[in-house]
Amino acid sequence: MFEARDIHKSFGHVEVLRGVSMTVRRGEVACLLGPSGSGKSTFLRCINHLEKFDAGRMWVDGELVGYRQSGRRLHELHDREIAQRRSRIGMVFQQFNLFPHRTALQNVMEGPVVVKRAKPRELMEEAHQLLRRVGLADKAHHYPSQLSGGQQQRVAIARALAMHPALMLFDEPTSALDPELVGEVLDVMRDLAAGGMTMIVVTHEIGFAREVADVAHFMADGVLVESGLPAEVLGNPQHERTRNFLSKVLA
Amino acid sequence: MAGHAATTEAPAAERDDDLVVVPARHPGRWLAVACIAVLAAMAVHLLVTNSRLQWSVVWQYVFSKPILTGVLRTLELTVIAMVIGVVIGILVAIGRLSPNPVLAKVAWLYSWFFRGTPLLVQLLFWFYLSALLTHVSIGIPFGPEFASASTNSLITPFLAAILGLGLNEGAYMSEIVRSGILAVPRGQAEAGQAIGMTRSEVMRRVVLPQAMRVIIPPTGNETIGMLKYTSLVIVIGYAELLTSASLIYARTFQTIPLLIVAALWYLAITAVLSIAQYYVERHFDRGFQPAAAKSRGSRLLRGERALRPAPEQPTVAMRSVS
Repeated sequence: MFEARDIHKSFGHVEVLRGVSMTVRRGEVACLLGPSGSGKSTFLRCINHLEKFDAGRMWVDGELVGYRQSGRRLHELHDREIAQRRSRIGMVFQQFNLFPHRTALQNVMEGPVVVKRAKPRELMEEAHQLLRRVGLADKAHHYPSQLSGGQQQRVAIARALAMHPALMLFDEPTSALDPELVGEVLDVMRDLAAGGMTMIVVTHEIGFAREVADVAHFMADGVLVESGLPAEVLGNPQHERTRNFLSKVLA
Repeated sequence: MAGHAATTEAPAAERDDDLVVVPARHPGRWLAVACIAVLAAMAVHLLVTNSRLQWSVVWQYVFSKPILTGVLRTLELTVIAMVIGVVIGILVAIGRLSPNPVLAKVAWLYSWFFRGTPLLVQLLFWFYLSALLTHVSIGIPFGPEFASASTNSLITPFLAAILGLGLNEGAYMSEIVRSGILAVPRGQAEAGQAIGMTRSEVMRRVVLPQAMRVIIPPTGNETIGMLKYTSLVIVIGYAELLTSASLIYARTFQTIPLLIVAALWYLAITAVLSIAQYYVERHFDRGFQPAAAKSRGSRLLRGERALRPAPEQPTVAMRSVS
């Protein structure tokens, strides 16, 4: 489903990804943990072409990320082709990034209407259903500014799901939330995982990773330090860096 | 000072209900009001008693045919020049923010050139274009021509005015649009891209609608400015409002009354434009204010109630201050 091989990425002179390789099978949930500045978010953004990587290869659903292969040549993708690839990958941001000038329902419908040229009338039913699925059936006509952070993030998840993505990326989806609102967002993500969605989740929620993830990856200084079953990586970390991080997070 | 001393003397255990709130005094405001009242009286006196203002002449011309035609032409120039300006402004702003370096440079060059030369010079330049190019033609560059016309017959005063005002406005509008685009958080564009929108879809559906909130107020300003800049076309002899008025006073020597006629019309149109701006701003504010406005309103109410001084015993209050 997803494979990354030896990904490198620098911002100026700072190398933020120093050879990251990772595989995620269909239906699997992979959690990416690590201290801030370790390159987790950058790696996630590379998958969705929001950042370009400098070296290495990535595949999503058998398709090369960033390039089109013909024979022995790799052609860099154009804007339209990149947009096409992105439409099959859902992304949820730390800051929600809902469109403030559109209601919850319009936010959910925006992708299919603009990108897939779907008729708003035919979409209405499905959009309402998606809002129901994230527990916001009664907030369809609210603007983002009228919703709490947790509600906004759930709308953002519904917006991503509206495109029927094959893979969902979560970039610290609960980090900007008040503590009492974290649970409602994690519940939606838990449901999604149970429904068989392939997910890559950058998170600081150790409990969520332990409970929901099939694989946990620990990242530090641009490399994957440790990968494996969450119970193993989180319960019995082999690496000094992992132990250090976990002791701070769980303290 | 006396009030201050009184509060320090008062024992801490004194009961609360015989305390009196003394509203702050603002002698400066009264002084300002007095000055303004005198100036206003002088102004009214001048307007009423100076016979050279010739108000009867003003009323005679304010709705006269040449003036009304001039008003219509001024409005026409303002609207067309602003439409051209906004369209060019959006294109140039997007050009400047384009990842294509050639496009970005050309867009920068455009706004540098049209902001860097006086509008008056530009208007005269377009009017006298025939001195530079005798013919304008459509065809393949350096190849055959399909249609051709003499510049002299093509560039009417109206077209020169539109070109001059519109192209110049485009340069200013591009900076306004650019600041609006830059004011939209980066995450918004990324959210649009993440659901599969192309760059132009992101611009049209996500960024520009939000940038409008920032773009509209200065654009209203520009429109009101444009209304008055149109009077510059007097140098190329297009009969808009000011030119029409000047044609009359050149004949009758009633200079001041006719300038007042023009000024009254500019003021009236500006008032209408200001009202229109209010409604346009409100439209593009949707989604941004509801929750905030509600809480702000209630806070104001609460604040007002809390700040209102206790009404009882005003005489005591006066005494304690003096």
